[in-house]
Amino acid sequence: MSYLYAAYIVTWLIHIGYIGTLVQRYARLRREMQELKRES
Amino acid sequence: MSTGTLLTRTTLMKDLRLEWRSKDAINSMLFFALLVVVIFSFSFDPTAEESRRIAGGLVWVAFLFAAVVALNQTWARELRNQVLDAYRVSPAPANSLFLAKALGNFIFVAVLEALMTPLFIVFYNLRAVGPAYQLFAVALLGTWALVVNGTFFAAISLRTRSREIMLPLLLFPISIPALLAMVEATSSILTGEFSAKFWIVLLAAYDVVFTMASLFLFELVLNAE
Amino acid sequence: MKRAFPILAVVTLALLGYSAYEALVVAPTDRLQGDVYRIIYYHVPSAWTMFTFFAINFVASVIYLIRRNLKADAVAVAAAEMGVVFNTVVLVTGPLWARPVWGIWWTWDIRLTSTLVLWLIYVSYLLLRRFSSGGQMPLLAATLAVFGALDMPLVYFSIWFFRTQHPQPVVGGGGSIDPRMLHIWLLNWFAFECFGLLVFWWRYRLEMMRREVEETQELESLLETRSPR
Repeated sequence: MSYLYAAYIVTWLIHIGYIGTLVQRYARLRREMQELKRES
Repeated sequence: MSTGTLLTRTTLMKDLRLEWRSKDAINSMLFFALLVVVIFSFSFDPTAEESRRIAGGLVWVAFLFAAVVALNQTWARELRNQVLDAYRVSPAPANSLFLAKALGNFIFVAVLEALMTPLFIVFYNLRAVGPAYQLFAVALLGTWALVVNGTFFAAISLRTRSREIMLPLLLFPISIPALLAMVEATSSILTGEFSAKFWIVLLAAYDVVFTMASLFLFELVLNAE
Repeated sequence: MKRAFPILAVVTLALLGYSAYEALVVAPTDRLQGDVYRIIYYHVPSAWTMFTFFAINFVASVIYLIRRNLKADAVAVAAAEMGVVFNTVVLVTGPLWARPVWGIWWTWDIRLTSTLVLWLIYVSYLLLRRFSSGGQMPLLAATLAVFGALDMPLVYFSIWFFRTQHPQPVVGGGGSIDPRMLHIWLLNWFAFECFGLLVFWWRYRLEMMRREVEETQELESLLETRSPR
């Protein structure tokens, strides 16, 4: 039955992993936007 | 003769003539295919019966890799000499250019196949149990399937980094049904166990679908800057 | 719209929790497979969700080809990424289910193989987007999406016939759907769909933001070269 838990856990790991990349990209965008604001 | 057909014929003849003089593409393709054959031979040591089963796959993998060599250089000459801009501005339909390139590639790969087939027959002691004439249909339709998409994706890859790796990356997944059909048809004919008719029809359908799609969309890709 | 996001997120999480509870606790234990079968409450709805996102990508790509609407392109990339994420889930949960139940991790049957091919096609789509430079990348990607969509029926046909000629014991079995299971499937599907759409929405906004930032940066560098400070 560990397969059952493994499946559910892996599913969420994949989803959270992807959301993690979105968070990273968002942070980077925020930084770039602030840099642009400073320059102008 | 309309501008389109004239363009196709001229471009095709030019490419063939240039290739005949240098034999760059054909030589590298030949050598590459030969290497693939030899390396595979080390992995398998088949009996005659086994040979007939696996030869389909081996042959088409070798031809596929060799075709990629040809496809990667499809637009290289045009790119080097800024010829594509000239084509974009000319009134000739973009399809004619695509057709010329695709036909050129088709001839290169077909020549390669003609040269390699005796080698395969010798190395693997092949003899078709089924109707061998059908192999022509498989070769024709299968080669066109690889070449038509390959020429199109070669044009797409022009604007990417790692151009040479992008082409097979894009081509292989999309070609899976055609590859399956080619391999299965060849195996069916060699072993004589099944009829290859369905696979041949599938290849024909694949060819029709993707030839139309490529002709329809090539203009957009050519004009992409 | 932006303010609705946190609320929707909470609602979706609650929905996901509830559907998981239904799947793990409420659903009756299968006579033959035991509790492991509950994986399909994640596996199958993920597959259905994956299909919806790939469909969205196809429609958005066609719209882009016709109208060159950049919003359509943003929808396309967001949908493709969501599709690949759910596709990955399907490809991972499938073997995790097959192994305990049928003793094998993988088989080249029609469902698994076509799902894998779909994954390959869309990963190549995302790679094309990543490796393309310049403003025409959306166009190239959209043409690839169209090719991919044209390819899928052929993929199904070819593998179906292959399996007809070389039959194998069917993994994942046809079987009738127990009506009690169906509503849990649908529930989980609804939950995953909501979750997927939420993340998709975020990805879409991110893409529009990224585009804006890129344009501004290009504008800045243009202005700088013309009148250096």
